[in-house]
Amino acid sequence: MHGPSSDADFLAEVIATTPGAETLITCLQCGTCGGSCPSGPDMDHTPRHLFAMINAGLRDEVLRSNTPWYCVACYYCMARCPKDIPITDLMYSLKRMAVREKLYDDRDAPDWSTSFIGMVDSYGRSFEFGLATRYHLTHSPLKKVGVGPMALEMFSKDRMALRPHRIKGMNQLRAILDTAKAQEAV
Amino acid sequence: MRYAYYPGCSLTRSAEPYDLSAKAIAAPLGLSLEEVDDWNCCGATEYISINKNAAYALVGRNLALAAQQGVSKDLVAPCSACYLNLRKVDHYMGVYPEIRERTNAALAAGNLHYEPGAMQVRHLLDVVVEDVGFENLKERVVRPLDGLRVAPYYGCLIVRPQWNGGRGASPEQSGGGGVDPEYPTHLDRLLRTLGAEVVDFPLKTHCCGGHMTQISADTAYELIRRLLHNASEYEADLIVTACPMCQLNLDAYQSQVNRHFGTSFHLPVLYFTQMIGLAMGIAPAELGIGREVTPAREVLGRIGAAAPTAPEAAPRRKRDDKALPMPRRREEA
Repeated sequence: MHGPSSDADFLAEVIATTPGAETLITCLQCGTCGGSCPSGPDMDHTPRHLFAMINAGLRDEVLRSNTPWYCVACYYCMARCPKDIPITDLMYSLKRMAVREKLYDDRDAPDWSTSFIGMVDSYGRSFEFGLATRYHLTHSPLKKVGVGPMALEMFSKDRMALRPHRIKGMNQLRAILDTAKAQEAV
Repeated sequence: MRYAYYPGCSLTRSAEPYDLSAKAIAAPLGLSLEEVDDWNCCGATEYISINKNAAYALVGRNLALAAQQGVSKDLVAPCSACYLNLRKVDHYMGVYPEIRERTNAALAAGNLHYEPGAMQVRHLLDVVVEDVGFENLKERVVRPLDGLRVAPYYGCLIVRPQWNGGRGASPEQSGGGGVDPEYPTHLDRLLRTLGAEVVDFPLKTHCCGGHMTQISADTAYELIRRLLHNASEYEADLIVTACPMCQLNLDAYQSQVNRHFGTSFHLPVLYFTQMIGLAMGIAPAELGIGREVTPAREVLGRIGAAAPTAPEAAPRRKRDDKALPMPRRREEA
């Protein structure tokens, strides 16, 4: 785990990992972001609130917040923010930091992202059937029974492939991704 | 005009009708869509949630391949999420030297390199509106979509965010085709050109729920319900979209949403490319029409473009009354 961190450390760290996020320190706390957010009611902190918490250095509370995981990446907040804060990118940064430090309570969203990446790392393309079965069978499958008829519809309309497509340049892609991931670990 | 074409994963199957219809209208409209050879996934919203540099490198490979293959400077994506990711990485590599260096260091491991700005990333809707133009399109209409009330659904990612200048940027700078990030009108105008009656649709740029159907269904269902409700309130016959995620969520999850809220929405969701194809007189089957989960057949019948019926199912074996009682499928009403 990380050691005690000063307030400035956390804010600086969030800014450093997010392109264009220097503007975060100019947040007016106007609340336009939360007011524009389609999934705001499901979040335990609005983006505005979260930014105040980042400024206050509340590292654990921020990284444990469900807010980034409910971000649907619609960019409404970014289009409206009067200070040009890259809010959607900040949400991605907070997700990555929470995953790295294992600071999330509900593992569904991180697991979904990880499963998706697994498909891309294996085949170079997304593979919906493999992804959905792998994920849903390990994440409260009984709650997902209702989705069955929909999946059958997708099969019957020939909109779901049973086998993945592997790109030709898989070795090339792996070399590229491995190099990029090694940069991240630095 | 020649374009490098990046279909994206969805268009290879779940949104194949989008790909079919895009290709069917391309040649008559004078567009040559040439697929980027051996492209890979754009990472959607998932890769960047776990690995930032790898997410940029993943997209970087596509940009580098497109530039290397040299079909055209224009790289066209029909999927809004692919469009956003390609545009974002090209833009970030251009304005942040660190991202440019790191991404190219990763690409070098695969003997690739990308110079930001080498490709101009565009959405297919923008190509049709800007390069084909409304006048040209109008001349191609042989079966006007008269009497169809359509709700133009833009979704999020073709109108937001507006980089290269932020709010109030000029059309040239906005990167989003100079459209209003909250109330665009180019798809409205396109559909009117085809002869359709375009309804006002206040939620036209609201979110379809994206991947939330998978990780928090209740959140997604509410977002889908709002859109269906709003389109219904304005008495739309169907919803027209330019994004495979929007189409999937509104179409395939419509019955789930009806069950969840006790509603009875029946709103077919088609791609703008399918609407153009219909108006150009192309056969519905060639446009992938009939593969939507919420059937458009009845609505399209009004313009004499009903989708082909599904092949007749083989007659079921006659039930033997003396046999043991077995579970039976409920008879269709």
